[in-house]
Amino acid sequence: MSDRESDIRVPPATGDDGGGEVRYLSQSDLSVPTHQIVAPDGSYDAEAIPDLDDGELLDLYRWMVTDRVFSRRMVNIQRRGELGTFGSTRGQEASIIGSAFTLRPEDWLYVGRAWTPMFMRGASMTDMILFWRGIEEGQEAFAKHNSQIAISIGSHLPLVAGIAWGMHLDDADAVATAYLGDGATSTGAAHEGINLAGSLGLPALFFCQNNGYAISMPYGKQSGANTIAQKALAYGIDAIRVDGQDVLAVYDAVQSARERVKDGEPVFVESVTYRLDAHTTSDDPTRYREDEEVEHWEAHDPIERYREFLKSEGLWSEIDHDAIVEEIDAEFDEALAAANEMEERAVSEMFAHLYDELPPELARQLAEFEELLERRPEMYDYIEQRPKG
Amino acid sequence: MQATIVQAVNDALHTEMERDDRVVVFGEDVAESGGVFRATDELLEEFGSKRVVDTPLSEIAIVGGAAGMAMYGYRPVAEIQFSGFLPPAFDQLVTNASRIRWRTRGELSAPMVVRMPYGAGVRALEHHSESLEGAYGHIPGLQVVVPSTPADTKGLLTAAIRDPDPVLFMEPKRIYRSIREEIPEGEHEVPIGEAAIRSEGEDVTVVAWGAMMPPTLEAVEHGSVDAEVIDLRSISPMDTETVVESVKKTGRCVVVHEGPRTLGVGSEIVARINDEALMYLESPVERVTGFDTPVPLLSMEDFYFPHPPRILDGIEAALSD
Ligand SMILES: Cc1ncc(C[n+]2csc(CCOP(=O)(O)OP(=O)(O)O)c2C)c(N)n1
Repeated sequence: MSDRESDIRVPPATGDDGGGEVRYLSQSDLSVPTHQIVAPDGSYDAEAIPDLDDGELLDLYRWMVTDRVFSRRMVNIQRRGELGTFGSTRGQEASIIGSAFTLRPEDWLYVGRAWTPMFMRGASMTDMILFWRGIEEGQEAFAKHNSQIAISIGSHLPLVAGIAWGMHLDDADAVATAYLGDGATSTGAAHEGINLAGSLGLPALFFCQNNGYAISMPYGKQSGANTIAQKALAYGIDAIRVDGQDVLAVYDAVQSARERVKDGEPVFVESVTYRLDAHTTSDDPTRYREDEEVEHWEAHDPIERYREFLKSEGLWSEIDHDAIVEEIDAEFDEALAAANEMEERAVSEMFAHLYDELPPELARQLAEFEELLERRPEMYDYIEQRPKG
Repeated sequence: MQATIVQAVNDALHTEMERDDRVVVFGEDVAESGGVFRATDELLEEFGSKRVVDTPLSEIAIVGGAAGMAMYGYRPVAEIQFSGFLPPAFDQLVTNASRIRWRTRGELSAPMVVRMPYGAGVRALEHHSESLEGAYGHIPGLQVVVPSTPADTKGLLTAAIRDPDPVLFMEPKRIYRSIREEIPEGEHEVPIGEAAIRSEGEDVTVVAWGAMMPPTLEAVEHGSVDAEVIDLRSISPMDTETVVESVKKTGRCVVVHEGPRTLGVGSEIVARINDEALMYLESPVERVTGFDTPVPLLSMEDFYFPHPPRILDGIEAALSD
């Protein structure tokens, strides 16, 4: 009995008994540093450069340019009516590429605003175009590479915790990764997913791109917390805040986080970046933000910052920027042509993959519909002109 | 004033906010940017940042928060950006909003409105196309309203805001801007729970609502059938009487809805007809509905929902027996 009683007298968490006065814990008690290696002016501490060989350093550049070119091309074809909608990642290249460069094929990845990581894992530009055209094959292709895009914001965090749980049970040499935005951290699902990972010690890596906005909502109104990183502490997991415009710092932070996560300690990374374009092609950002702000961030272009670094390291001479852009444009042209080749699909596709086996009622609905389409060809007049594919 | 459905939403909000300063509008992107569909345009400018509020990306807090605010005495009108994002907050509808009056034995209530665009056909991404009014209509204590015309949108939203109990207001986004008609200036109320007869006829009763109204009316015209077309307008409470009276007259019925067939609203309508007008039926009630599958991604979504030929096919089937 006395054992239990002493349990009830909960000791102070840190051993500091607080004394006889009410004391508040506040955010300002915690200093939250932002990891940075290359400063905005291009200067850097040579000691801090992560252990990457020249080829890898050049790859980082190439992938960042890929990300930028892909966004530009997708926005262009959307404007020509060849996609439903698209969310550009311009401005976030360092954050996206620096993080994804650390991942291994056996890691799982659920992305928020980040597309190139899927290319880095083997998905093709064609698959990505198909995805944004609302063609299921795109999703299928991503899944083959342990990748998915989460459309319902925050919904993927419990899922990723679950994947990590499986890895944990299996002692797998891999991590489960959730990319998310600042907005996602306000969802209930995010809290429960991160908390589960913290409480069970799961190999989950949460990579949050704080790109300043959730559609029209500036981060300052999204949460009362000064930073997103510090929120992780409440879940009992460690966090890193990193300058998301500095590709080397992001790489360094996530690489280090991945090691820890692999050992069963979940980590939350807040990458501070900026979305230069609209939220998606259907959004008009001039309604909620000032041009000056955008210009400020345009002047802090992550690709240019990295270019300064490459120059200082004597690597810039190995890069023919225009040739890279040309190659990626050519790759995009090819991908688009392949996507345009997609044959008309059958309506049976709608019924596929819902269950392992088609239940009788679904089979009946499908048969009835196929018969109707045959009997009433005027149906096709109502099935409007769809985007190509 | 000539208005589209989305403008009618905006007009109703303006009018009601002016009339009652307890009306507070909130949701993701509703204030500064005026809503992704511009349904809340200009409200911030007119009513200020205390009554028009951009919330964090938090569906649970938006719906649960609305319930709490309503219990306290305000009249919250919350927006869920797309109906596909209501499911996280389903719990708040089931656990709180719909039960406050019941739980407190009438001491308190939650006079709140949750507005949201629903339905397929706008070429959006996953989770942007569903019509789950059947699932929401299943929640005791929650009213579910689906307008199909600009004037009704204004009238029903006004009624929803003034209603002493919670209302889920589902806006047919595919026809947000495709219909324009004269809507009454100033205050305009259309009672919840009353269906509208859109066209009178003798041979068959066709029941539809929301985004399914235009294709249903088109099918009826095309087929030159003498159909009585009923716009249900509210899923819960449901106007059984109007449907049953019509079926007693025509002896035949077709229900058209966009949501999945199984356990859909159509099933309930068939059951009510069986209860009250079985002996008047000359043929089985037909259902023309969405399929029991997720709404396909945008490249195939046009195959999913009923188009006029499919609706007409259902009407002819009902007439043929
Ligand atoms: C649960 C949910 N609610 C609302 C939306 C509509 N929506 C799409 S993206 C978005 C903002 C997302 O912001 P953030 O998480 O910061 O990611 P970002 O797009 O800025 O990378 C919103 C509100 C959604 N997709 N899911």
